Amino acid sequence: MFERLSEEARQRLKRLTLEMAGDRAPALEALAQRSNGEFGVDPFGFDPDYALSAVAPFVWLYKKYFRVETHGIERVPSGRVFLVGNHAGQIPIDGAMVGVAMLLEHDPPRLVRAMTEKWAASLPYVSTLFARSGQIVGTPENCRRLLQMGEVVMVFPEGVKGISKLWPERYQLKDFGLGFMRLALETGTPIVPVAIIGSEEQAPALLNLRSVGKLIGFPALPVTVTPLPLPAKYRLYFGDPLTFSGSADDEDTELDKKVRVVKTTLQGLIQQGLEERKNVFW
Amino acid sequence: MSTEARQVVVVTGISGNLGRTLTKLLHRTERIVGLDRRPFAGAPKDVELFQLDLRKKKAEDVFRIHDVKAVIHMGIMHDPRMSSEEHHSFNVVGTTRVLDAVAKYGVKKVVVLSSANVYGPSPDNSNFLSEDAPLMAASRFSGVRDLIEVDMLAHGFFWRHPDIETVILRPVHIVGPSIRNAPSNYLRLRYPWVLAGFDPMLQLVHQEDAARAMVEALRPGLKGVYNVVGPGEVPLSAVLRELGRTPIPVPHPIARPLLGTLFRYRLANFPPPELDHIQFLCMVDGSRWTADVGWVPGHSMKDTIRSVDGERAAA
Repeated sequence: MFERLSEEARQRLKRLTLEMAGDRAPALEALAQRSNGEFGVDPFGFDPDYALSAVAPFVWLYKKYFRVETHGIERVPSGRVFLVGNHAGQIPIDGAMVGVAMLLEHDPPRLVRAMTEKWAASLPYVSTLFARSGQIVGTPENCRRLLQMGEVVMVFPEGVKGISKLWPERYQLKDFGLGFMRLALETGTPIVPVAIIGSEEQAPALLNLRSVGKLIGFPALPVTVTPLPLPAKYRLYFGDPLTFSGSADDEDTELDKKVRVVKTTLQGLIQQGLEERKNVFW
Repeated sequence: MSTEARQVVVVTGISGNLGRTLTKLLHRTERIVGLDRRPFAGAPKDVELFQLDLRKKKAEDVFRIHDVKAVIHMGIMHDPRMSSEEHHSFNVVGTTRVLDAVAKYGVKKVVVLSSANVYGPSPDNSNFLSEDAPLMAASRFSGVRDLIEVDMLAHGFFWRHPDIETVILRPVHIVGPSIRNAPSNYLRLRYPWVLAGFDPMLQLVHQEDAARAMVEALRPGLKGVYNVVGPGEVPLSAVLRELGRTPIPVPHPIARPLLGTLFRYRLANFPPPELDHIQFLCMVDGSRWTADVGWVPGHSMKDTIRSVDGERAAA
């Protein structure tokens, strides 16, 4: 019975997504038909049809709450590509907004595969929701596989350090990991930097109770000023694709030089976005 | 007689259900000599059985009497009710003896049946583990330590004897009408537990396909470690739906202690660490095997899933 109930809820959510998508609905439906085997999922457990239902609340947030504005989304090339963004806002809504933008604004619509924290795979319901909607535990092997399949993969090289930034550090990029560059070189994947403006204001935090978080198994525990995310206006700036050449087995210092290029470009885009912004909320 | 002159394939653990399946497949083309401490009722007439413990010195006679061209070592047990001492001794000492005999009597090929379970289910796992992934199963489930040790013994043997073709097969969960391992038994439950909010992807292989993989491994020239997959990947929930089961969702924080108690009082046959398999991923990348032997499983996913009910449906 529960199964039928949840199936009904799922169909309703899917209709909601398609309604909000407006004239993009047929393109989205075509995407959901992507062949996915006799049990409705691909080998990763991804079900595009399910993803359209799961994305409904985020489409609402995108349209009505954060009123997202995108710039330069046509710069995202077809085929395998890395989207590299700045991480902020205590809860990973930023990634979801980029994902919705690629569904609603990019032509043709593309389903973004994000790399999640390993922690997520140990959470009930969350782990299943993530798997069905195409979010995969962020191991290098998984990422390599997705790129080889020609997918668009969202990464936040700052990791948890980025998302749990405190208010005084907003829009300052933390150290970047090198893993994404190694994979980009290995698979010949272009990198599109994506500056996300608005995420820092959605949930300002003044302190991070990391040690308490550790006790309950959370990677970070920022204490936010407001219980719910604030309706800051989101602006997404997509940069030109960057391609790098070199060996994936180079010394870390070599890779770091290339990563720095990405970081500098992204910081530039962020600066541009902040300058163009007149008001945080509209 | 002419039997002495013909080369034989020694199969350890032949009396088990998978051993019988293998025998059916292999005895038409190869002369089989079986080695098992259990009897093999209804064995084909052309199979010669030595009812012996692998650890016994006498087991070596098999190699002395016969001209052995290959060994398929599947005499490895996994019974959570057995004392860990007996378990460990049977698997590790048994494997050591078999490998020693292979080297001593100049056997050119040995196939060791390990399992994809040696990687172990974990939330940290990549979706598809390749053969070089670390064998982590014992970090969460110490009961499988000896199975990892068997795999590593064979691995060490592979490197020490480059002239002997050592094949280590790591098949995914083997299921089938006569198989009595944990995954098959679990799938036969009318009201199986599931962990609320978890629905991992599973890989299954039919017992006949697993047996055929061992036969394929005898191919001259083939050696190395191989993950062996079946017809694909499927969510646990879809498997249970296909079988018409009624899953009972249990919150994972209480499932472990509860199952621990039930297991201790013999009200359940699964030790609590087995729950990891219905909570986390333990899937493998079988592309190397597929490429090297042109592997195509004979049973479809639906067939493979339904096969656990095979015998019951027929009876």
